[in-house]
Amino acid sequence: MSREIAILGVGMHPWGKWGHNFVTYGVKAARDAIADAGIRWQDVGFVSGGATMRCGYPGYVAGATFAQALGWQGAEVNTSYAACASGSQALAAARAKILAGDCEVALVVGADTTPKGFLAPAKGYRPEDPDWVRFYLGITNPTYFALYARRRMDVYGDTEEDFGLVKVKNSEHGFTNANARYRKKFSMEDIRQSAMVADPLKLLNICATSDGGAAVVVCSLDYARRIGRADAVKIAAISTVTPTFANAVVEMPDIATDSAAAAGVEPHRYRAAIPAKAYEEAGIGPEDVSLAEVYDLSSALELDWYEDLQLCPRGEGARLIRDGVTRIGGRLPVNTSGGLACFGEAVPAQALAQVCELTWQLRGEAGQRQVEGARVGITANQGLFGHGSSVILKK
Amino acid sequence: MMSEHGSATVQPAIEGWFTLDAERPQLLGSRCAACGTYYFPKTISFCRNPACDSEHFEEVALSRTGTVWSYTNACYAPPEPFVAADPYEPFAIAAVELAAEQMIVLGQVARGTGVEQLRVGQEVELVLETLYRDGDVDKVTWKWRPVGASVERRA
Repeated sequence: MSREIAILGVGMHPWGKWGHNFVTYGVKAARDAIADAGIRWQDVGFVSGGATMRCGYPGYVAGATFAQALGWQGAEVNTSYAACASGSQALAAARAKILAGDCEVALVVGADTTPKGFLAPAKGYRPEDPDWVRFYLGITNPTYFALYARRRMDVYGDTEEDFGLVKVKNSEHGFTNANARYRKKFSMEDIRQSAMVADPLKLLNICATSDGGAAVVVCSLDYARRIGRADAVKIAAISTVTPTFANAVVEMPDIATDSAAAAGVEPHRYRAAIPAKAYEEAGIGPEDVSLAEVYDLSSALELDWYEDLQLCPRGEGARLIRDGVTRIGGRLPVNTSGGLACFGEAVPAQALAQVCELTWQLRGEAGQRQVEGARVGITANQGLFGHGSSVILKK
Repeated sequence: MMSEHGSATVQPAIEGWFTLDAERPQLLGSRCAACGTYYFPKTISFCRNPACDSEHFEEVALSRTGTVWSYTNACYAPPEPFVAADPYEPFAIAAVELAAEQMIVLGQVARGTGVEQLRVGQEVELVLETLYRDGDVDKVTWKWRPVGASVERRA
């Protein structure tokens, strides 16, 4: 039996700093996805929401919040929280429901309204909370991105210019994307002139936080056939694996890694494990990939993802950006949407936004961003507390 | 230990996470009595090695030297609960590999050492420095300092 499901519709609310309630973004994205699917809202049997932690109780029960806002019609609901992977986990819940035969059509929605500035932890003296400890010691999110970036420079010989090339490429990609928040073609000189935040990363190398919403309507292959949509884009894999002990890379919000001192324990790279599971599930390899949407929390991190997605050997990511391989028109375009560089992160919506972009690309509906002959796309992201996801879409 | 500010009282910024030995401070972690996995900060409940079901731990002082895995700095004041000096003084941060423990521990880098003086693979040692002042109290924390830099300072 096939483990694939079909994507009938996708929709987004443009990213920005709009200051509206997150429900506004989610409903707009959901209505667009339902219209794109060509179904009625009443046909949806399962609503799966990505939770937001910053918008009170309605955010904790996002699935129900969206269902109520769209008009109660009796659908079952679910809400998933998995940091940056929340959207994918909500999508995985919908897939499980569909593959189990419990529903035919599901709506997956994520939306967020973000505060200004650094993402800060809850208050009080709370040394038992690693997220509190690291801020107390002066360790912010850009600290981690910068540690990874600097290690690339010292170990692989990457340069600040390489990280700048990623930003320049993504800003060119996102320039014509109406859903992107930042639509400006940044030059290398703009990046050089921007303020240093966490050496070697400058302000323009680090992604912002944004408001936004994204939604996907998925269904069983049988349902897609019955409504004449057998040619819909398919989801071939959803990986939401956790790390394997001992996790070798120091990750937000921890101040230390696992220890690999015990007999029989090996250090593992979590980021590489996320797409590896997706490839295995889809029964394909990196050589089959036409394009990728990856989590460029920093422009340097995009180069780590090239290697974790096995698009090139470890340590050779910078060569892909220097040779233009990953820009639209290159052999393997990455972040055709403009990525986080052009969007800024809207946590529960971001993993779904990646799926939206790949869907448009595989349908040939990406306009000026279109990748010719795209057949297989992969997403990848990683967030706090052992959450990450990778989704493979195919024609 | 003596305060950096003369008569002020010295207190750890986080109680029980490191010794207050002025010359040779050490981080205080724990080690699983069954499999030998180290923890920092300490764990006293369950071993996180999936092959181990031990609930017994001993407190251990961790290696006070290690090698730099990577490094960066904080050009802008971090948000609360960080207590920023006024005017704000940027500081470097290092991720340091401890060989015996086979783990990486983050920390600020001692004052006077910037990113331009750091490199991956460099040997560093643990020192104590003020994290912030709370009235008359010096709240101290662990920081990493290049082993060469300490020699220069003493010379």
